[in-house]
Amino acid sequence: MASIFNPKVFDDIKDSCLKWKNKLDKILSSRPERLDRFSTVSDQKVKRLYTPEDIKNLDFEKDINFPGEFPFTRGVQPTMYRGRLWTMRMFAGLGTAQDTNERFHLLVKEGQTGLSTAFDMPTLMGYDTDSPKARGECGKCGVAIDTLLDMEELFHGLPIDKITTSMTINPPASIIWAMYIAMAEKRGIDHKTIGGTIQNDMLKEFIAQKTFMCPPKASVRIITDTVEFGTKEIPRWNPISISGYHIREAGSTAVQELAFTLADGIAYTEAAIQRGIDVDDFAPRLSYFFNSHVDFFEEIAKFRAARRIWANIMKNRFKAKNPRSLWLRFHTQTAGCSLTAQQPYNNIVRTTLQALAAILGGTQSLHTNSLDEVLSIPTEEAAMIALRTQQIIAEESGVTNTIDPLGGSYFIESFTNKMEEEALEIIHKIDDMGGMLAAIEKNYPQQAIADSAYHFQKQLDANQKIMVGINKYIIDNEEIPVEVLEIDDAIEKLQIEKINRIKTERNNKRVKECLEQVGDACAGNKNVMEDLILAVKEYTTLQELCDVYRDAFGEYRDPGIY
Amino acid sequence: MKRKLRLMVAKPGLDGHDRGARIIARAYRDAGYEVVYTGLHQTPEEIVEAAIQEDVDMIGLSSLAGAHKYLFLRVIELLKEKDADDIVVCGGGIIPDEDIMILKQAGVKEIFTPGTTLDEIVKWVEDNIHPRID
Repeated sequence: MASIFNPKVFDDIKDSCLKWKNKLDKILSSRPERLDRFSTVSDQKVKRLYTPEDIKNLDFEKDINFPGEFPFTRGVQPTMYRGRLWTMRMFAGLGTAQDTNERFHLLVKEGQTGLSTAFDMPTLMGYDTDSPKARGECGKCGVAIDTLLDMEELFHGLPIDKITTSMTINPPASIIWAMYIAMAEKRGIDHKTIGGTIQNDMLKEFIAQKTFMCPPKASVRIITDTVEFGTKEIPRWNPISISGYHIREAGSTAVQELAFTLADGIAYTEAAIQRGIDVDDFAPRLSYFFNSHVDFFEEIAKFRAARRIWANIMKNRFKAKNPRSLWLRFHTQTAGCSLTAQQPYNNIVRTTLQALAAILGGTQSLHTNSLDEVLSIPTEEAAMIALRTQQIIAEESGVTNTIDPLGGSYFIESFTNKMEEEALEIIHKIDDMGGMLAAIEKNYPQQAIADSAYHFQKQLDANQKIMVGINKYIIDNEEIPVEVLEIDDAIEKLQIEKINRIKTERNNKRVKECLEQVGDACAGNKNVMEDLILAVKEYTTLQELCDVYRDAFGEYRDPGIY
Repeated sequence: MKRKLRLMVAKPGLDGHDRGARIIARAYRDAGYEVVYTGLHQTPEEIVEAAIQEDVDMIGLSSLAGAHKYLFLRVIELLKEKDADDIVVCGGGIIPDEDIMILKQAGVKEIFTPGTTLDEIVKWVEDNIHPRID
């Protein structure tokens, strides 16, 4: 065992520890501390002081080791940011494909190193803009994509052979991916060379984000189709981004975010293995996506624990051999739910702290929220400040000079252990329930998150937790000083006209055949991806294909847990 | 004896942000009201039909994805059509000031924006919502 302390140390410091405690007691009797109990934003208790005693069982090689070495606590790469900075990937999407394309060009020009696409609600839910369910929603919280034509306009002029693209899409992820692949092929780019990520994580939709379409089992089947297809055909693509972000935004604690997300990862891995794919063929392409909330050290501990837990799960539970299968690579987004509409410039400061935590936690890619996130889709100016925040941390702050600078800290190591212990407890509970699908059916994660969200709100209302501008340092009758971006309602009509035009100009006989083929694939065991690519090339719409899914698998309804 | 108030918390449209709606449903329940939570992805038609069927005294609408103007106004319109506009409508979520004016003029009684405490929201019900007279 490679303990980081000589056991003699504990005897040596016993006296000074006692002396300090006596002194402390005296001080506390005359000057009590500000609070009876100090805790993180997740209400995880934090002690007054951490000492070697708290990490006396820490084994250097087994528990932290060198970066790039199992269990990767200190990072997945031996050089980390000294080799290459994280990918600066700003989530963007607004109005029409042309509007978003303009924003993409601006961000790339200003030094962003990856693309990330936000879709509007109808697209996310698998409806075309002309659906009655889409009234009033076109382009409001992201870009509207109905057909391949929109996808072509969205990436027009962008170097997608050099830059990777992330697409935050879930129920229709397979279809949107098919459109992206078709778009690349039409531009003469070999699909084997394109790189990117589709979120495609349906389990966390049932748990937290709630954009769902088909029931859980069928959803996992389609996801497994994408994993299988990606493994063979699109080797540089991450077919799932296993996401804790939305679990946290829905109100979970840091430990719950960690546990539920990794339990989702276990479920996808099991499904792919059951399909007959070798774990080492697909596991290196599984990627993660976490929240970076406002409690600085808790987040850093969470990221470090995540890597260690996943490496152990892949090695011990799934017997992975390829070192890359053991890597937990992740994207991070700062916490939207921590921002305030009040005094919105304060959000720049919150986002900076959260971005710093993500970087000290070793993220591979990062989105920083804009100061106006709470009010609307970001204006250009707000998005630029958010991007510059990352660039300042990368280029000016010096935190990238050394790897895992907080490694060895009594507090960080002890908290990393705590995160791991408590997350494993929840993961084992989910195992006992029969895995994540069974746990979702029992509403276990949904209820646990609702409980935590309510607990935090009660603490906030009782001033036990503070949000500046909300329950302390309030400005009365404040006027919101920032510009709010409005999406023009008129684009809905234009987008509907565009669909109508495509539907008269395309080969509708071919579209019908393609839809039948996708239906047949759904009904049987054939992987849907090839048929989807053929279908979207004929300008079959997103909803036409989603309707095939709905007919084949049925629709999931929200159980309305609160 | 005055009957217990029946309050509906509803999520219209495709928006999936239900953290706020669920917290408020629970706060109403803890305050002793009867609560009907619709769950997500309801059309205005479904909400109004359920509100009438469940005989609620108030509908609280939650929206965080920008489609509030269409969705909230459609609920108001449908309540009028069904002669049920004595059901009070309030709302909450990410709603810009200019839109609050428009919504209030159209008959939405109150809009709660981020930062409102649960106590304030419950107190408002206490002061403003009364059992409908059959």
